[in-house]
Amino acid sequence: MSATPPGARLAGAHLLGERMTGGYGASDILHECTIEARPGEIAVIVGPNGAGKSTAMKAVFGMLRLRGGRVTIGGEEITRLSPQDRVARGMAFVPQTHNIFPSMTVEENLEMGAFLRRDDIRPTMEQVYALFPILQEKRRQAAGELSGGQRQQVAVGRALMTQPRILMLDEPTAGVSPIVMDELFDRIIEIARTGLTILMVEQNARQALEIADRGYVLVQGRNAYSDTGAALLANPEVRRSFLGG
Amino acid sequence: MEGLLNAAVVMANFVIVPATAYGAQLALGALGVTLIFGILRFSNFAHGDTMAFGAAITILGVWALQGAGVSLFPVPTAILALPFGILATALLLLATDRGVYRFYRRQKANPIILVIVSIGVMFIMNGLVRFVIGTEEIRFDDGARFLVDVRGFREATGLAEGLAIRTAQVTTFLTAIVFVAALFWFLNRTRTGKSMRAFSDNEDLALLSGIDPERVVRVTWVIAAALAATAGVLYGLDKSFWPTTYFQLLLPIFAAAVVGGLGSPLGAIAGGFLVAFSEISVTYAFRRALGHLLPPDWMPAGLVQLLSTDYKFAVSFVILVIVLLFKPTGLFRGTSS
Repeated sequence: MSATPPGARLAGAHLLGERMTGGYGASDILHECTIEARPGEIAVIVGPNGAGKSTAMKAVFGMLRLRGGRVTIGGEEITRLSPQDRVARGMAFVPQTHNIFPSMTVEENLEMGAFLRRDDIRPTMEQVYALFPILQEKRRQAAGELSGGQRQQVAVGRALMTQPRILMLDEPTAGVSPIVMDELFDRIIEIARTGLTILMVEQNARQALEIADRGYVLVQGRNAYSDTGAALLANPEVRRSFLGG
Repeated sequence: MEGLLNAAVVMANFVIVPATAYGAQLALGALGVTLIFGILRFSNFAHGDTMAFGAAITILGVWALQGAGVSLFPVPTAILALPFGILATALLLLATDRGVYRFYRRQKANPIILVIVSIGVMFIMNGLVRFVIGTEEIRFDDGARFLVDVRGFREATGLAEGLAIRTAQVTTFLTAIVFVAALFWFLNRTRTGKSMRAFSDNEDLALLSGIDPERVVRVTWVIAAALAATAGVLYGLDKSFWPTTYFQLLLPIFAAAVVGGLGSPLGAIAGGFLVAFSEISVTYAFRRALGHLLPPDWMPAGLVQLLSTDYKFAVSFVILVIVLLFKPTGLFRGTSS
């Protein structure tokens, strides 16, 4: 990624987690779970509580030791890489909580996102500010003093500062109001339009599937349904079991 | 009117000037403690003896420089020798981290284990200091003794009371200002400094941002060494060097760091001065100052001293307890442990 000229629009990369099996301890949480996302697409993982949604994303990001299956980006196998090495390969991860540096200013948060870069980071920062204008207004304020929705914007902005090819979001709308949620989804669509690959775990299944190119319904760590977002929304079984009718 | 001025001079001479110098020393010490807590997430009980080690090596440097006939008169030679003290302390702390703390860090040991480990390190450093420089009391403030002396002040102002400001006190205060300014510049303006704050704020996210934790830890030890050696030398200049006193300084230093909020550099400075002023004003006998303000027959019979100086450590202890009871995160919203 360091070879990219500053401010250039980065192409996304194809992301594939194939037949992933594994867990934190002795017992497996994921069972042959497959997740895929293509450049410019939004892939969404939904499912009931405890279905292993976040675990699936953590597996893709290397925070979980897999006992079976593999993870590739752009065809290159990265199954054995640490999360830090995956960041260097163009993956960016926005955790669900603790995803900002609270005592640092908004601008410093963005600077820390670009810590590994040695080129001029200002064009990327301008892009982030263009995407989230409120952040520019509050750039000298401590990130911890912002509202929940604004913090999420800081968190996404920090991740974008690495100029990732793949952006992974763990429940970006957790704990924010419905209006802010719509706003965040709009921004995520905008990011996907620039060509990035987006993988997202969401609790608000209906709204998330509405913007999803690909949806994965997980149940007990297995793929229950995989289809386009629209098809899943139209699927009567999925509607009845997971979307409340 | 003159009574008021005389009372003010007495207060300045016996409370304000000494407390300012002492506060600066505590602030530097507390900054080191708070920095280590923020980054390495444990209370470093070896910090007092680290200060003693820095001061001991600096004293060796002072002797060497004096032997070679080098002097900075009227500034104490110790300021010239301080860089050696800092360097030696930094090497000692880096070696300690390599040999001791890193092992527990890799095990992701509970902070309380690290605290106990630091107590072990404290005993070893204490022994090391005595081994290097002995157990005797050493005075090494060789510059001009006074910047303002009592007689000169009386003659210049015509007041009955005199004011003395020692060179060591002024040196302490100025050195502390330079170090604190440099530290804040480093933490707020440089890439490495910002990465340290990021690491202190959110370790996991710092890792995701590509910040190298081992590098952050090394830089932290070097800065802590600089702060500790400087604080140790300044305290020794102001009072005298005696290995045991540095262990006793641990309590006021921790009180200062906790009052300000552990992990908050600004809090450590405020806490240092708060503890110093409380300690000195609570143990000071105000009779002499009152003598200039009250009519003779109103004079109290006693010394108007709240606590005997023997109890000065109780002051830090009480401050510590009150803060932990009512505002555990400290005045500047640090981390509560």
